Amino acid sequence: MIPLSWYLVFAAALFCIGLFGVLSRKNAIAILMGIELMLNAVNVNLIAFWRYRTPDTIAGQAFAIMVFAVAAAEVAVGLALIIAVYRRRNTVVADEIDLMKW
Amino acid sequence: MGAMQILFLLAAAAVLGAAILVVTSRNLVHAALWLIVALFGVAVVYVLLNAGFFAIVQVVIYIGAIAILFIFAVMLTRQIGGKDGGSQNHSTWWVAALLSLLLMVGIVWILSTWQGFATELPALANEKELISELGKSLVSTYLLPFELASVLLVAALIGAIYVSWEKSR
Repeated sequence: MIPLSWYLVFAAALFCIGLFGVLSRKNAIAILMGIELMLNAVNVNLIAFWRYRTPDTIAGQAFAIMVFAVAAAEVAVGLALIIAVYRRRNTVVADEIDLMKW
Repeated sequence: MGAMQILFLLAAAAVLGAAILVVTSRNLVHAALWLIVALFGVAVVYVLLNAGFFAIVQVVIYIGAIAILFIFAVMLTRQIGGKDGGSQNHSTWWVAALLSLLLMVGIVWILSTWQGFATELPALANEKELISELGKSLVSTYLLPFELASVLLVAALIGAIYVSWEKSR
């Protein structure tokens, strides 16, 4: 059978790839994609810990549901903000959205 | 090596490969399509963890809604003037790569010192009742977070509509 460590290492790798995307991408939409990867890694961790450590309590699954809901809300608002910024400034490059930069 | 392990390794390799393409691909439409592959692989991992409900939710919400939103957003914000041509990553991407690699090493190192790291799969007492138990707990023990999540979703959707509304000038 698969030990817990495989899932944890897999989730850590997925999280770090997402972090790389967030840190290195220019395009704001691509940054959101990185955040999605990170949220997925967190969810894999939650489900894996539920399955391996506390399979008798449902808390891990309930928490994962909340992460799903928050992820959906985050993407909806984030993409709406990006599209609104694009309408005003005609760019989605994070470096060029510098209206509040001193 | 059992069939489960081979399936896990295949799914993990597909997810990680697709995820790397998501964060490095020059064409953002391709990145969004690779994101779908990665999300689907994560759904397979959920199935391996006896969380079939989450696999369905993953496909319906992430692939069916979020990935489609991403593709819409990419297509709505394309630069016509050819700005899309160059690399989509900063020139200092290696700093980000180094940081991510360090974090990865750090996480794995911390986890390896934890005695529960190599926990073997415990037997599931009530495999067939999982979804009904989850449903019951969402309207009893976790009622407040559940309601908060629904309020958050409504607020987020109203906010998204308001923010992206094109005001008539």
